[in-house]
Amino acid sequence: MIRLTDVVKEYPNGTHALNGLSLEIQDGEFVFMVGPSGSGKSTVIKLLIGEIEPSEGRVMVNGFSLLNIREWQIPYMRRTVGVIFQDFRLIEHKSVYDNMVFAMRAVGAGPKEIRKRIPYCLNLVGLENKGRRLPSELSGGEQQRVAIARALLNNPSTIIADEPTGNLDPARSLEIMRLLERINALGTTVLVVTHEKDLVNRFDKRVVMLERGRVVSDGRGWYGRRTQ
Amino acid sequence: MSRHNIIYFAREGAYNMFSHGFMSFAAVGITVACLIIMGTFTLVAVNANAMLEDMEAQNQMLAFVDDKSWTEEQARALESQLRAVPNVADVEFISNAEAAAAFRARYEGDELFTGLPDDNFRHRYAIYLKDIGLMRQTKTDLEGIPGIGEGNVAAYEDEAAGFITIRNVAGVVCVVLIAVLFLVSVFIIANTIKLTTFDRREEIAIMKMVGATNGFIRWPFVYEGFLLGLFSAVIGFFLQWGLYEAVARSIASNDTINLISTVPFSSMWGYVAVIFAGAGMLIGVGGSLSAIRRFLQA
Repeated sequence: MIRLTDVVKEYPNGTHALNGLSLEIQDGEFVFMVGPSGSGKSTVIKLLIGEIEPSEGRVMVNGFSLLNIREWQIPYMRRTVGVIFQDFRLIEHKSVYDNMVFAMRAVGAGPKEIRKRIPYCLNLVGLENKGRRLPSELSGGEQQRVAIARALLNNPSTIIADEPTGNLDPARSLEIMRLLERINALGTTVLVVTHEKDLVNRFDKRVVMLERGRVVSDGRGWYGRRTQ
Repeated sequence: MSRHNIIYFAREGAYNMFSHGFMSFAAVGITVACLIIMGTFTLVAVNANAMLEDMEAQNQMLAFVDDKSWTEEQARALESQLRAVPNVADVEFISNAEAAAAFRARYEGDELFTGLPDDNFRHRYAIYLKDIGLMRQTKTDLEGIPGIGEGNVAAYEDEAAGFITIRNVAGVVCVVLIAVLFLVSVFIIANTIKLTTFDRREEIAIMKMVGATNGFIRWPFVYEGFLLGLFSAVIGFFLQWGLYEAVARSIASNDTINLISTVPFSSMWGYVAVIFAGAGMLIGVGGSLSAIRRFLQA
């Protein structure tokens, strides 16, 4: 479960990115987070993956309180969260399979576990035959599916996708969203940060809208119920 | 740390080293250069120290037999007592006849000393010391032996003090210079490895994103630094060997400086190898750790 309570984030340069933001996402939910540039979406993601600390307020992610988390605990918190970015962040000189091995090794997985888990995840995203390819030999949509498979490798309870379709055409974007929907159906909490109105409106999901560091709307559909 | 992690770290370290060939080449080149500069300095210091020790060994004391009337047999009987004195490395008996002959030979042609009888001279011992820094104490011990007595030991304490000062100053200068060179080497290697680390910041970011601990991220870099240091040590050792032999040969064949004796490399190659390996690995690992630290924050 994700819970942000009265979170304020002020950067050292004086920018107020979040101004008392509160939000709760239950286990197994699928949530879109939308909002204009500078509304605080990226700051929320950085907070949720422990990249930055809140100036005020409380942040809970899958049982970890980020207010008083110790530095050594952060990697263990991150293992409960799979992150997907717009630019895929794959290692170009490694094959798809080796990118996956790299991610599993990084959390200390053994060879047996690796041999079992990687084919399962590649199969889940429909890339079971592309393991030997380099990322540059794949289309944008396929690269994003590799990134999703990698995010799933360590069996996280939450997937956070930051503009996952930003580099894709509408057809591939829809494919990726359907894939995330399928992953959600398997029980994983999914939080998608996007600004693609048409895409969001194709799914009947909870939509949280941010503006100036606060939640201004929270409900189903693009124009959800205004909270403030 | 599990067995497959150790194998993985070692393999990743080796792979990274070869996959970033140019940077590895630069790091090894710089480490080799630093090791050779440090090694050359150390070997010069070792040779200078060996020469000083030779000169020190030639710095002898003379212990005169107190009674002129003693026969040679009586005087020779003191030898075992002299050898038993702490810090005495060797003793050499010089009879009054030998001393008189040497004296006359030195002043040959001088009428004043012609016909000087042998019994004007006393039997004596040339005493060689283990440590000339303890000369004063040894002199006191020797004067305490019956048959020698107080005031009968001639010691060249000023000369000995001069040798000690030279050795101490040379030692301090050497240690300071080697320490400075070592720190400079670590700094250069850290910066070189920092460049390779910067090249891989994306990989590090991915590892952090998926939940790798700092220790796990650090280990392949530590192995890489270790291997770079080891390679540098091996290459540096053989280059140093070749350089040393070439310089030693040219000194031996030069008419003006061939009096300088060099310590054979074969008598110290083991020390040089161990020091090079240790310094190389320390520089490599230290440089890696210092370079990776910045990327592990946050």
